[in-house]
Amino acid sequence: MIGQTITLLRKDLLLEFRDRESVPAMALLAAATLVVFHFALGQRSISGELASGALWVTLLFASMLGISRLFVAEQEDGGFDAVLLAPVERTAILLAKATALLIFLVIVELIAVPMFGVLLLGVPLGPAIPGLIGVLLLADICIAIVGALVSALAIQTRIRELLVPILALPLLLPVVIAGSRASGQLFQPGGPAAVAGRWPLMLALYGVVFGLLSFALYDYLLDD
Amino acid sequence: MTDKTQVHGRGLRRLAFAATITLIGAFAMVFFWTPNEADQGFIQKIFYLHVPLAIVTLCGFVAGGIFGFMQLRTGKRVWDLRSYVAIHLSLMLAVAVLITGAIWAKASWGHWWVWDEPVLVSFLVVFLLYACYQPLRFAIEDPERQARYAAVFAVVAGAFVPINFAAVRLAQAYTHPRTLGTTTGGMPGSMMLTFLISMLGMTLLFMTLWKFELTSKSARMRLSSIRRRIARETTTEQAA
Repeated sequence: MIGQTITLLRKDLLLEFRDRESVPAMALLAAATLVVFHFALGQRSISGELASGALWVTLLFASMLGISRLFVAEQEDGGFDAVLLAPVERTAILLAKATALLIFLVIVELIAVPMFGVLLLGVPLGPAIPGLIGVLLLADICIAIVGALVSALAIQTRIRELLVPILALPLLLPVVIAGSRASGQLFQPGGPAAVAGRWPLMLALYGVVFGLLSFALYDYLLDD
Repeated sequence: MTDKTQVHGRGLRRLAFAATITLIGAFAMVFFWTPNEADQGFIQKIFYLHVPLAIVTLCGFVAGGIFGFMQLRTGKRVWDLRSYVAIHLSLMLAVAVLITGAIWAKASWGHWWVWDEPVLVSFLVVFLLYACYQPLRFAIEDPERQARYAAVFAVVAGAFVPINFAAVRLAQAYTHPRTLGTTTGGMPGSMMLTFLISMLGMTLLFMTLWKFELTSKSARMRLSSIRRRIARETTTEQAA
């Protein structure tokens, strides 16, 4: 199964590398959102909870784009039949899609977070980075799992682009709560404060619950 | 098919009767018997409408998830119908819950919406998620796939309900005085009894409406299948 996952993942990454569809769009949307925040809030620099909120909204918007494009190659170019006809397990498809989304998110964050540090953040980004990497990585795993599930749910409908954000935003709310509370501590004006242990724990629990749910339900979504 | 309609309809009249009597009794107790709460006065009585309604609505959502799970396990369409009707009904009751919650918040705290009341906030998030159920369902044309996808959504969302409540509760920096949490222990007997009867009435109301909708939906499905058969037989007769 690991081999199948890697093959499928390589296909997704190769497609993205050749087309350059999702990741550049996600990064551009993130950059544009940061500019919007500057003008919408009317502030040159922000810190604490406000900064953390701006960062999470930016990342969430970018991930919505990634989620709605996740199965497009399969749906529009008829790759679905090929993938389903191939002797691969459904779990491998789920794992490959979630990992692809995770990689896209990490690349986007490598661009968007430093940009956020330069454009909006009023406190130095450097000291917050170790904590931020941990929180973002945990949150990215959660977003990748839920994203793979939501995009598989929405792909067969006529209104895919509409459904993805309205489904994914409420579902990801616990991730936003935990992530933004944790990073709010990291962006405190007096230097990063200790992150309460319950936020990473909440992210991990959320990831485990939705991971198991996706694992159990993926068979029914791609069983055509 | 015929007996299925009857199964859904069985006992509906008695159930409706019981729900009406219990609810009338509960509201009579609310207005004429239970004492006014010392802190909030008369407005606190909306508690007997709002809280049972909210509990029944959430149970309806979770029941929709369980029925969805049964649909996936057995592949029988009747579970999909049960799940759909439960979620559909809960969604409508959820609007009533949000409105009564807002009225209560306005009367006792002076604002239509209070962000540091975790139950209210979680409820809104759950409502927003379930509001996607029908767009998702009716954007899928193939009936078999529609049932399957709707069931997957119902299971995911049903599992999301408790997670979301825990997450929003954790997000509150300080705890607000909470009616149910403090009153289940400290509520006077008359208030507790009224609340329980009101809870029972709401549950009966939900079951009545659920059964009613289920009967009507399956009767309509049966009717259209008879119509289709008649149309088919007429065309074969004409062809012959």
